[in-house]
Amino acid sequence: MARIMSLADAVAENVRDGDTVAMEGFTHLIPYAAGHEVIRQGRKDLFLVRMTPDILYDQLIGVGAARGMKFSWGGNPGVGSLHRFRDAVENQWPRPLEIEEHSHAAMANAYEAGAANLPFAMLRGYIGADLPKVNPNIRHVTCPFTGEVLAAVPAIHPDVTIIHAQRADRKGNVLLEGIVGVQKEAVLAAKRSMITVEEIVEELSPPSPNSVVLPTWAVTAVVHVPGGAFPSYAHGYYPRSNAFYIGWDEIARDRETFTAWIKENVLDARPEDYARYAANTLAKVA
Amino acid sequence: MTDFTPTEMMTIAAARALSNDDVCFVGIGAPSAACNVARLTHAPDITLIYESGTVGTKPDVLPLSIGDGELCDTALFTVSVPEMFRYWLQGGRITTGFLGGAQIDRFANLNTTVVGPYDHPKVRLPGGGGAPEIASNCGRIFITMALSKRGFVEKLPFVTSMGHGEGSDHRERLGLKTKGPTRVITDLCILEPDPHTKELTVVSIHPGVGRERIVENCGWPIRFAETVIETPAPNETELAVLRDINARTKKAHEGAGPGKEAA
Repeated sequence: MARIMSLADAVAENVRDGDTVAMEGFTHLIPYAAGHEVIRQGRKDLFLVRMTPDILYDQLIGVGAARGMKFSWGGNPGVGSLHRFRDAVENQWPRPLEIEEHSHAAMANAYEAGAANLPFAMLRGYIGADLPKVNPNIRHVTCPFTGEVLAAVPAIHPDVTIIHAQRADRKGNVLLEGIVGVQKEAVLAAKRSMITVEEIVEELSPPSPNSVVLPTWAVTAVVHVPGGAFPSYAHGYYPRSNAFYIGWDEIARDRETFTAWIKENVLDARPEDYARYAANTLAKVA
Repeated sequence: MTDFTPTEMMTIAAARALSNDDVCFVGIGAPSAACNVARLTHAPDITLIYESGTVGTKPDVLPLSIGDGELCDTALFTVSVPEMFRYWLQGGRITTGFLGGAQIDRFANLNTTVVGPYDHPKVRLPGGGGAPEIASNCGRIFITMALSKRGFVEKLPFVTSMGHGEGSDHRERLGLKTKGPTRVITDLCILEPDPHTKELTVVSIHPGVGRERIVENCGWPIRFAETVIETPAPNETELAVLRDINARTKKAHEGAGPGKEAA
C-alpha cells in the first residue's frame, strides 16, 4: 500500500545515491517539486532516465547530481537547447555525463517491456539511422516466425520512478488525466515509485471506467504537492507556463546565473512554495 | 498581391502539400504551423496527430511544445505514448509525417543529433525524438526548413532519421515499403526527389526568387528539374489565417518569465 507522506520523507526513503531514476512526464505533469527536493537533499551519481528530459533534468545535470542519462529528446521544447545538458556533454561541466540515446519509439517500448516484466523490447525501428552505431544497447532480433529482423533494446527497470498526477484518495489510489505519456508504464516498471499530486480527496471517483488509475498497492509513496508540476502543467488545474520555458533559455545559458537561480529557487525554497502556482487555476488558453 | 515574407511563403507552400484526407503526424515548430494553416484553409477535416498522444487535435493557438494542454483540450481523443508509437505509427495508420530538422543532405536524410563527432560533439543538438520511426513508418514524409548553407549540407555528421539513404533504391533494399521524403518545402523553393536517383531537385521556385540565390544557399551543387514552375504566391485568405494564428500564439505564449516568481 502506498504511504501518504511528506515530500522530504518520500525522497529521503525512496531516492538513493547512485539510483537509476525516471522522472517522467511528456510535457505534461512533470514532477518539478519532487526533482527540486532531490536536488535539495544533495542526491548524487544518479542515472537519469526520461524520454524528453527538459528543464528539470537540465537543472539536475547542472547541479552535478547525474552521472548519466538515458533519453530520446533532450531540448527545451519549441525554444532550443538545454544549455546545462550541452555544457555537460560538450565541456564536461560540472562533471562528465554518460549518455545512452534512443528514439521515442524505443524508449516507449522499453518502458512498456519494463512494466510487462520482460527483459527487452522490440520494434520496427532505427532503420537507416546512425544511433545503433553509437549505442551498443540497440541490437537486433530475428522473428522466429517470419524471419524479419527487428530492433531490440533493454527493458527499463528504474530503481525509482517519480511522477506527478492530478489526485489521489486517502488510500493512495492515483488518477492521471490528459496527456498521460508513459507514466503508468514507468511506475509499473520501477522497483519503487513516488507520486506527487495536486489534491488528496475522500473519493477518487474516476470519470470513466477506463480512466488511468494507479492503485495504491502498485505505488510506494504519495505526496500532496499542489502546483508541483509548475512550470509544466496539470490538466484541469493550471496551464503550462510557456513564458517560463522561453525565459529559462537565458538563465541556463550561463553557469553563474544558473547557479544563482538554483540557490534562490531550489536550495533556499520549500515544497510549499509551489502552492502559489496551483492557485492559477482555470487560466486555460481561450 | 499582398506582400509576404519568405517564412510565410514557406509555411503556406507547406500547408498546400496537405489534403483533407491526410492523417498527419506533426512535428513541432514550422511543420505545426503549416499543418494548422492547412486545417484552417483547404483541409478542414485533416487529422492532426502529435506524438504526445493527441489524435484529431484542432489547436486554436500553435503549441510551443509537443504536449501543450491546448492539443489535448481540442483533440478527439488522447492516448498514451507507447500506444501512439506502437499502434498508430508502427501500425501503419499515418499517411503523412511532417518533419523539420537542423541539417539535411541531398537525399533528405536528417540530422538533429550532433554537429561534430558523436563522442566529442561541437554542438549537442536535442536528438531524434520520434523522427527515426516517423521517417520509416509514415506513408510519406514532408520536410520543411529554411534553405541555408548551414542547414543543407554536403555530408551529414550524423544520420538521425533516414530519408533516401544513399539514394536510388536504398529504402527498398532495407525492406522499407513507405515512400520516405517526397517533398521538401523551403523559404525559397520546393524540392522533390528525382524519381530515379532520389536526389533532391528544385521543382518550384517562390515568386521573386532567382536561381542564383538558391544555388548560393545550398551546401551542395543543387540541381533543377527539367520543368521548374513558379510557386503561386500566397492568397489573401492563406495569409490572413497564418497571421491570425501567429498573433494568437504570440499573445498566448507571452507572460511572466522565470524571474523571482519561479520555483
